[in-house]
Amino acid sequence: MSDTHVLTHHSVENGPQDFKLWSDAFGIWHLSLGDESHEHVIAVRAFPISAPKDGVSILSREGKELLWLERLTDVPSEAQHNIELCLQNREFMPEITKLDAVNSFVTPSRWSVQTTRGATELLLKGEEDIKRLSANTLIVSDAYGVQFLIKDLPSLDRQSRKFLDRFL
Amino acid sequence: MVLTSVSHVEIPQDWLALVHSSLSSHENVLAVLEVDLDRRLCFTRGLLVATDERLLSWSMPEAVDVDPSRDLQGKSPRLEILPIELLARLNHLDFAGVGTLELVDSQKQIAKWRFTLANNVKAVALQTAWNRSLERYLHASIPPASSTSGALAQLAPIHAGSVQDEKVGELLGSQDLERSRSVALGEADEAPASTWGLLRLWRFAKPYKTRLLVGFLLTLASTAATLVPPYLTMPLMDNVLIPFQNGKDIELEHVAIYLLGLLTAALLAWSLGWLKTYILALVSERIGADLRTSAYDHLMKLSLEYFGGRRTGDLMTRIGGETDRICVFLSLHLLDFATDFVMIVMTAIILFTIDPYLAMVTLLPLPFIYWLIHVVRDRLRLGFEKIDRVWSELTNVLADTIPGIRVVKAFAQEGRESARFKEANKHNLAVNDRINFLWSLFSPTVTLMTEVGLLIVWAFGIWQVAKHQVTVGVLTAFLAYIGRFYTRLDSMSRIVSHTQKAAAGTKRIFEILDHVSSVPEPNDPVKVSNIEGEIKLSHASFRYGNRLVIKDLNLTIKPGEMIGLVGQSGSGKSTLVNLICRFYDLSEGKVELDGVDIRRFMLADYRTHIGLVLQEPFLFFGTIADNISYGRSGASRKEIIAAARAAHAHEFILRLPQAYDSLVGERGQGLSGGERQRISIARALLINPKILIMDEATSSVDTETEQEIQKALDNLVKGRTTIAIAHRLSTLKRADRLVVMEQGEMVEEGSHDALMAKQGAYWRLYQAQAHQAELGLPLANEKSSYDQGLI
Repeated sequence: MSDTHVLTHHSVENGPQDFKLWSDAFGIWHLSLGDESHEHVIAVRAFPISAPKDGVSILSREGKELLWLERLTDVPSEAQHNIELCLQNREFMPEITKLDAVNSFVTPSRWSVQTTRGATELLLKGEEDIKRLSANTLIVSDAYGVQFLIKDLPSLDRQSRKFLDRFL
Repeated sequence: MVLTSVSHVEIPQDWLALVHSSLSSHENVLAVLEVDLDRRLCFTRGLLVATDERLLSWSMPEAVDVDPSRDLQGKSPRLEILPIELLARLNHLDFAGVGTLELVDSQKQIAKWRFTLANNVKAVALQTAWNRSLERYLHASIPPASSTSGALAQLAPIHAGSVQDEKVGELLGSQDLERSRSVALGEADEAPASTWGLLRLWRFAKPYKTRLLVGFLLTLASTAATLVPPYLTMPLMDNVLIPFQNGKDIELEHVAIYLLGLLTAALLAWSLGWLKTYILALVSERIGADLRTSAYDHLMKLSLEYFGGRRTGDLMTRIGGETDRICVFLSLHLLDFATDFVMIVMTAIILFTIDPYLAMVTLLPLPFIYWLIHVVRDRLRLGFEKIDRVWSELTNVLADTIPGIRVVKAFAQEGRESARFKEANKHNLAVNDRINFLWSLFSPTVTLMTEVGLLIVWAFGIWQVAKHQVTVGVLTAFLAYIGRFYTRLDSMSRIVSHTQKAAAGTKRIFEILDHVSSVPEPNDPVKVSNIEGEIKLSHASFRYGNRLVIKDLNLTIKPGEMIGLVGQSGSGKSTLVNLICRFYDLSEGKVELDGVDIRRFMLADYRTHIGLVLQEPFLFFGTIADNISYGRSGASRKEIIAAARAAHAHEFILRLPQAYDSLVGERGQGLSGGERQRISIARALLINPKILIMDEATSSVDTETEQEIQKALDNLVKGRTTIAIAHRLSTLKRADRLVVMEQGEMVEEGSHDALMAKQGAYWRLYQAQAHQAELGLPLANEKSSYDQGLI
C-alpha cells in the first residue's frame, strides 16, 4: 500500500472537515487533520457485528480518538475504500459459513469449517466458548483465542446446524 | 370538654375508666403510650399519659408472682403523677428492640419507662408532645390550657399527626401494611406442606381446562381398552380350551373372533394411551412454565429487603428445581395415578359383575394397603420437606462460593469451602438415609400384601371351582385381572412420596407467590410527570431489624443541587440513599419528591427518574452496548455512543476487540474497575434521570482513574439533583452542600468552608484524611486536588 490516498470528508462530528488517511511504504497508516498529522493510526468499527457500516473511529496509537465517522457510506467511495483497507489491517473475525465435520461431540472438539476467510480448523475447548450474542448470532472462540462469528444461525445449511445443535 | 379532647387520642379500652377518673375536667390528653415492659425488662402492663399539665403513669406492682397476662381487674395499678412544674424533659432512646423514655430534669433522672418497639411510634409522639408543651410552659407565651382556644391549638399538632398516619394507611391499604409488617418481622409460615396445597395449582391449570378434560376422557377410554384382554380370557378358557380338553374340537371361527378382539383392544389401548400421555404432558409442561414465569415475575417485584434475607441458591432451587419437580409430578405421576385409579375402579366393577364373592376376597387387602399408606404419608412428607431444605443448603454453598471465588482463593480457603460443602452433603445424606429406611420398608411391604392377596384368591378360587361355583375361565380371568390390579396398587402407593414431594415444592413456590412486597405499590398511584427534583425527608426514621439506622432525619434538597453525604461507614449514608430510591420504606416519617410522598408513585415509574451509580458496578452478561442501554432498551446506537462519550468510556470501548459489540461476563470480567464504573455511568446518563445517586462511585478505583471518572461524573451531575456518598472527601469538591452523618443522625450541614470553620465532625474527618495524606498514604493526590477544587 505504497500509494497515497487523499480523502475529503463531509460529516465529521469531532475534528476538522478535511482529513487524509494513507499508508506509507512501511504499511504504517497516517492521518492528517488540518495541520496535525498522526502516525500509526488505527481504524475501528464501533459495532463490528450488529452494525458494521455505522460508526467508524480512527484512533491514535495511544488510543485517543482522532476522528469519528458517523456512517461509512457518507464518505466518498474512494475514502471508503481506504478506510476499509485500514480496518482490514486489524479486523479479524472470520464468519463461519459451513461446518464440514467435527471430530467429536464431546469437547475438546476439532471442527473443520468454511469461513468467509477460507477453510480452516478450529479447536473448541468447551461448550461455554460458544456465546450467544443474540437469538441467531453466535461467537465461537477457539482454543487460541480466534473468534469466529456465526451471523445468522438459521441461514446455515442443515448439516451445519445439526452439528452445532449438539453443542448448544 | 374532657371527652372531646380525649377522643382524639386513642386510649386502650381497659384503661379508659381509670384514665377518666384521674383527669381533671380541663385537662387535655396529648398522647398515650402503653408500656409493656417494667424496669427489669419483664413483660407487664402500664400506661403513660401525657396531658398538657402533667404525666400520669400507671404501672403494675413489680412482684414476681404477678401474672402479667391477667387482666386489669385483678390488680390495682399504681399511679404516679409527674407535673410539668418539674421542668423535666423526656428523652427517647432505643437499643436492640427495647425502647426507653426517660424523664430528666437538670439534675437527675426522675422516671423511666421501658417498652417494646411495637409501641415506638406512640412513644416518639408522646415524647414530642410532652417536650413541646414543656417548651410552651417555659416560655409561658400561652398559659397551659387556660382557654378553649389554647387547648385546641395544643391539640392540633397531635391531631394532624394521626391524620397523616391514617392517610398513609389508606394509601397502602391497611391490609398490605399489616402484611408487610408481619413480613418484616419474619413471621414465616412453618406449617408442614399439606397435600391440599396442590389444589392451589388449579390457578395455573385453569387456562388449560378443555385440554385437561380431553386428557381425562382419553384416560378413561384407554384404561377401558386395556381391560378388555383379561375379559376375553374367560370365554377363551371356558368355550375353547376346556371343551377341547374334554374332547371337543376347537372352533377356529370362534378363536379367530376372540384373537381379533384381543388385537383390536391392544391397538386401541396403544393409540389412546399415546394420545392421552401426549396431551397431558403438553398441558403439564405449560403449567410448569407458567408457574416458573409467574414466580420469577413476582420475585422481581419484591423489595430488596426480601433478597437481603434470602440466599441466591435457595431462590434458584425454588424457581428452577421445584417448578420442574411439580411439572414432572403433573405429567408423570399424577397421570399414572389417575390411570391407576380409573383402572382399579373399573376392574373392581368388572370383578363384581362376574362374581361378587370372589371379588370381595380379591379386594380384601385393599384396606390394609390404604392404612399403610396413611401411616407412612405424614412421616414421608416431613422427610421430603427436610430434603428440600438440605438441597437448598447445598446450592447455597455453591451460590456463595462461586461468585466469591476470588476471596476464597485469596485467603486460601478452598479446603474450608470443601469442608463446608462436604458437611452440607453429609447432612443431605443423613436426612436421605432416614427417609430411605422408611421408604425401603414400605415398598416391599406393599408387594408382600399383594402376594398374600394373590394367595388368598388362588385358595378361595380353587375351593369355589371344586364346589362348581365358578368356572375355570372365571378364575383365570380373575387371576389375570388381579395381576394388573395389584401391580397398579403397588405403583399407586408410590404416588404418596411423589405427591408429598410435589406438595412440598408447591408450598415453597407459593411462599414466593404469596409474599407481599414490603415496599407495596400504592392503590391509587400518582403519575410522575415533569418533576423538578426536589427531595424532602421529614422526620425520617428507619429500623433494620431492631437496629435504628436512621434517626429522625430532616433534609431538603433543592432541584439541581448536589449534596455530598459524609460520615464514617455505618453512619447510615447508604441506607439514606436506599430510602430515597425506595428500596426500603421508612419506619416513620416520609420522603417527598416535589411535595408528593414517594409511596404514592408507582415504583417503576418513580425509579425511572433516578440514576444510580454504585461502588461495585454490576454488568450483566451481554454486549457493552446492551449494558449501557440497560435502563432504556430502545436507545439508538447514536445515543449509546453519546452516553459513552460523556462517561469517558468511548475510547476504551473502541480499543476492545469488538468495540461496542464486545461481550462482558456476569461480573464484567476482562474490564477493570474503572472501566466498569464508566460503563455504569454511561448507563445512568442514558436514562437522563432527574435525580442522581452516587454511592461511593469512585472509591474502588485508583486516583488516576478516579480523575477520569470524575470528569465523567461532572458531565453526569449537570442539571440534576445529586446525592453523592463518598468516603474520600475530595470526590465531593463539586458539592453545593455537605451533610455530615453520625450514627443515623445528621450532625452538620453546610459548605466545606463553613464546616471547616465550625471545627466539628466534618473538620475531624477532614483532618484525619489530611493527616493520612501527610504520611504519604494514597490519599496525598486527592488532598491536593481537593484543595485546588475548593480553596
